[in-house]
Amino acid sequence: MEIKILGSGCSKCKTLEKLTREVVDQNGIDASISKVEDIMEIMKYGVMATPALVVDGKVIIKGRIPSSEEIKEALTK
Amino acid sequence: MWYLIYHYLQPISDWLVDSVIGMQKGDHLTEAIRFFIFEVPKVLMLLALIIFIVGIIRTYFSADRTRKMLEGKSTFAGNVLASMLGIVTPFCSCSAIPLFLGFVESGVPLGVTFSFLIAAPMINEVAVILLFGLFGWKTALIYVLTGLLIAITAGWIIGKLKLEHWVQDWVYQTQMGNTGDEGNGLTFSDRIHFGFDSVKEIVGKVWIYVVVGIAVGAGAHGYVPEDFMVSLMGKSVWFSVPLSVLIGVPLYSNAAGIIPIVSVLIEKGAALGTSLAFMMAVVGLSLPEMIILKKVLKLPLILTFVGVVATGIMIVGYLFNLIF
Repeated sequence: MEIKILGSGCSKCKTLEKLTREVVDQNGIDASISKVEDIMEIMKYGVMATPALVVDGKVIIKGRIPSSEEIKEALTK
Repeated sequence: MWYLIYHYLQPISDWLVDSVIGMQKGDHLTEAIRFFIFEVPKVLMLLALIIFIVGIIRTYFSADRTRKMLEGKSTFAGNVLASMLGIVTPFCSCSAIPLFLGFVESGVPLGVTFSFLIAAPMINEVAVILLFGLFGWKTALIYVLTGLLIAITAGWIIGKLKLEHWVQDWVYQTQMGNTGDEGNGLTFSDRIHFGFDSVKEIVGKVWIYVVVGIAVGAGAHGYVPEDFMVSLMGKSVWFSVPLSVLIGVPLYSNAAGIIPIVSVLIEKGAALGTSLAFMMAVVGLSLPEMIILKKVLKLPLILTFVGVVATGIMIVGYLFNLIF
């Protein structure tokens, strides 16, 4: 699974990245996590409010920091 | 529970100062400490409550929905709507760029986009609560209304000037992906959870500014002579308004730190209009935001933006010095 964190480098984006990595590690999910900081790239996903979480090309969450349960649910279903 | 504590805060803090610590009434130090012990919990409690409520309200709004509401709206009505949505749409200056791009891409007029970008940082819940807590509801209301007025007119003027050619060229070439409307599936307990989260996040970030700001205020409250600021920021000093704005723009502090200090400036003889202008310049126009916006706007447009907003703030400043 391919996970992308969209965000231009604000503190919320870092929090989301950290949370996502924790969830992936704790649940042994096989995934590659990368961060997208380029605004042009971010816009391609149609995201106007960062941070956003993209899983396999689909925007799951945007504009807020979800709870780890919510991330887990999004990654395991 | 919240109400009970808030209601009895004054007697509790008086009791703490007079009986527990047993200090001399009317003494400078006593009054400074009394001010501090009363104001800090009062402001923090107000902050927690309002941020909680605003946090819940914000779950009903999103950048996507706001954009949809603004699409196709032209000139004046659009400016009014955008300014009001600026207050309730979740916004942080780090998403100013994607938001700007998203708005412009989908055909929201430039002036309307600016109304949003002016209102969103200037009229924020932290500023309004602090004004309410330290100055009373009238000043808070005046701040919100004049802030809205500035956002509406400044956006409208920028729209009228037709400055689209000063937007960086690549902006209009960006391909915006399809946006889904996220956030519909939230249950009410999700929203409450979100409210608590925003209290934790915002209060966690600003409490230190509140404490330091009020401490500085408390110190000045007891010690600085009453008319200290009259000669500097008083009504009769005509250049004080533009000077406050000039000093305010590069100063980047959040509302939490600046407002307690402004409350003392006023107590010591600064005019309300001058202080209001100073606050708006600090909170509404910030250098870091300009630098971020440089990516999407050419310099002349940024300067126009700052010029128009600063002029608006100055007019408000003079107006209030004249009225009060």
